[in-house]
Amino acid sequence: MSEVLLEINNLCVDYVLPNGIARAVNNVSLSIKKGETLGLAGESGCGKSTLAFSISNLHKAPALISEGEILFQGQDVLKMRPKTLKAYRWNNVSVVFQSAMNSLNPVISIAEQLTDVIRAHTKASAKDAELRAIELLEIVGIHKERLHSFPYQLSGGMRQRVVIAIALALEPELIIMDEPTTALDVVVEREILNQLYELKQTFGFSILFISHDLSLMAEIADRIGVMYAGNLIELGLAKEVFHHPIHPYTKGLVSSFPSIHGPKETLYGIPGSPLNLLDKPQGCDFQARCPDCHHKCQQEVPRLSSDTPDRLVACHNL
Amino acid sequence: MMNELNTPVLKASGLIKDFPIGSGNKASMRALNDISFELHKGQALAIVGESGSGKSTSARILSRIFEETAGLIEYKGIKLKDFIKKFGRLEYARQVQMVFQDPFGSLNPVHTIYHHIARPLLIHKRTDKQGVEQAVYDLLELVGLSPAYETSLKYPHQLSGGQRQRVAIARAIAVEPEVILADEPISMLDVSVRLGILNLMAELKDKRGISFMYITHDIATARYFAEKTAVMYLGHMVEWGDSDAVTQTPQHPYTQLLLSAVADSARKDTVEFKANTGEIPLWGKESKGCPFVSRCHKVIEPCHQTMPAIKEISSGHFIRCYQV
Ligand SMILES: Nc1ncnc2c1ncn2[C@@H]1O[C@H](COP(=O)(O)OP(=O)(O)O)[C@@H](O)[C@H]1O
Ligand SMILES: Nc1ncnc2c1ncn2[C@@H]1O[C@H](COP(=O)(O)OP(=O)(O)O)[C@@H](O)[C@H]1O
Ligand code: SF4
Ligand SMILES: [Mg+2]
Ligand SMILES: [Mg+2]
Repeated sequence: MSEVLLEINNLCVDYVLPNGIARAVNNVSLSIKKGETLGLAGESGCGKSTLAFSISNLHKAPALISEGEILFQGQDVLKMRPKTLKAYRWNNVSVVFQSAMNSLNPVISIAEQLTDVIRAHTKASAKDAELRAIELLEIVGIHKERLHSFPYQLSGGMRQRVVIAIALALEPELIIMDEPTTALDVVVEREILNQLYELKQTFGFSILFISHDLSLMAEIADRIGVMYAGNLIELGLAKEVFHHPIHPYTKGLVSSFPSIHGPKETLYGIPGSPLNLLDKPQGCDFQARCPDCHHKCQQEVPRLSSDTPDRLVACHNL
Repeated sequence: MMNELNTPVLKASGLIKDFPIGSGNKASMRALNDISFELHKGQALAIVGESGSGKSTSARILSRIFEETAGLIEYKGIKLKDFIKKFGRLEYARQVQMVFQDPFGSLNPVHTIYHHIARPLLIHKRTDKQGVEQAVYDLLELVGLSPAYETSLKYPHQLSGGQRQRVAIARAIAVEPEVILADEPISMLDVSVRLGILNLMAELKDKRGISFMYITHDIATARYFAEKTAVMYLGHMVEWGDSDAVTQTPQHPYTQLLLSAVADSARKDTVEFKANTGEIPLWGKESKGCPFVSRCHKVIEPCHQTMPAIKEISSGHFIRCYQV
């Protein structure tokens, strides 16, 4: 579990806009180990998807990676030649996006969508590809009789399973899941996540799991990273981050989810609104919403530093 | 006196709603089947269920966007149709307001926030021309949009999602309604601002006595905000009662499944989540039996035949299931 699969160093991603430059990912360093599930949390607009796109090198204008490196098994993804990059995107890393279930080709049966992927990236014969497709769909819990269905004949949950089957097709080492189940009902979400967990046990891939739902991530991730306005502000073991958050923003996020079983108490969420990236203050980006803000927070940007070896926090108030 | 206190503000009995499917032919689907509930003064009823279970349809019938196929609605103790005949639709619309999921879609991008709040005040004659300006600022302050004057000059796109939802709520309460039907009012908002909106609604409920119908797919927020919770499945109410009873001692197999699927680290007993991969049928006029039969682990023969009758399993806690 300690072998590093992906390493991100000082990554900065900017959106170059007519009215300014919005830094959506700011100096982020992270690593994902082999077989690990890393959760990435934070409210919308904090840069989670931008980071995901960058890792798969799928970012396009106006996004610009202005600094940093992304190393996959030691190889710099941002310097890969087109052919290596293509192999990287399919054989090493695959991505499942939130609305992926709506991007399946509507006029091709689901079995065929899978065989197409398999044949395009491996030397499998038509027959072998089909057998593999059947196997993959079974793995994600889609019955044989559904093989020749078209996407519109399937429920949202089933379509998202098909997308996961496609993501698994080439046995990647890393699967990036960007809010893969937020559009689904909780029961379906739980079914899919349980299945994913079993698949992970079998195949041993790593997962970068992006969601705004911290309680969900506390259950499924090994570690959790929390982002605010493009910055990684806290990183640690999942249960630790969730049960003993240190950064005031993480504390606020945790207390944004009423518990269904715990004591009933008034919760406050986080006052104020998310930050406008084109109008960043001097000092800490969270200052306007922070209950613990003091003089230094308005002067200096807090750096990620560690109190204990397993935890990194960017806050002056440690 | 007693009677007055106990009369629900809004009461629905045996609501049925059929929608035609396909074009031209007589085929239809039954989106609501035998739905009954009450909204009481200063209380909230949460309607919880997965997408397509009929939550929005229930609210749209109450707000008269849709007409029910069958059933009875009473408003303040008289038939809704009689109330509307007597006082008019505009007056009913004033008293029963809706707040929608997408605060952007419900605000007009070409008008300032001031316009959005002043307009209903004037239409419903809640204030005169001199008083309107102050009334707008007071409302904006009340929903937490201060400084009010600065906010009032802005356009919807200049506000965040949470702020826009606060404008939608200010607009709804401008006309001093008795009831607010809130259809997933927080599900499109950033997680960090959701509780702020729920707390604001709770304040309006507790301090102003407004009744709420709170539609959500998030049963944890139902428990947080609403005194009563009704769980819907495929157009049917399967379990309802005090929110605490429904969430802490769920009895219906669907409610149990739903609760076991919710991530909650405060959970002490590790309930097993049993996947139900059965498909959800299309409900029609002729459909019979329990709507949950295709995904239920406890099915017995009668489940296929007739919808189970309503059982009161403890005071105020109701359920429809043969196995309880
Ligand atoms: N194509 C784009 N053009 C301009 N700005 C963008 C674009 N995509 C994202 N952004 C901005 O970058 C920031 C981060 O966005 P994103 O990575 O999508 O966040 P998240 O996935 O956490 O919701 C946001 O402020 C967003 O407005
Ligand atoms: N205007 C309409 N015409 C036809 N069918 C509708 C209409 N509105 C809702 N439905 C159907 O009624 C059922 C319940 O929908 P809805 O009340 O929107 O569910 P929910 O709000 O719980 O997601 C769904 O099957 C939906 O497709
Ligand atoms: S009535 Fe039967 S099918 Fe319906 S929930 Fe109860 S046991 Fe399950
Ligand atoms: Mg995103
Ligand atoms: Mg709805």
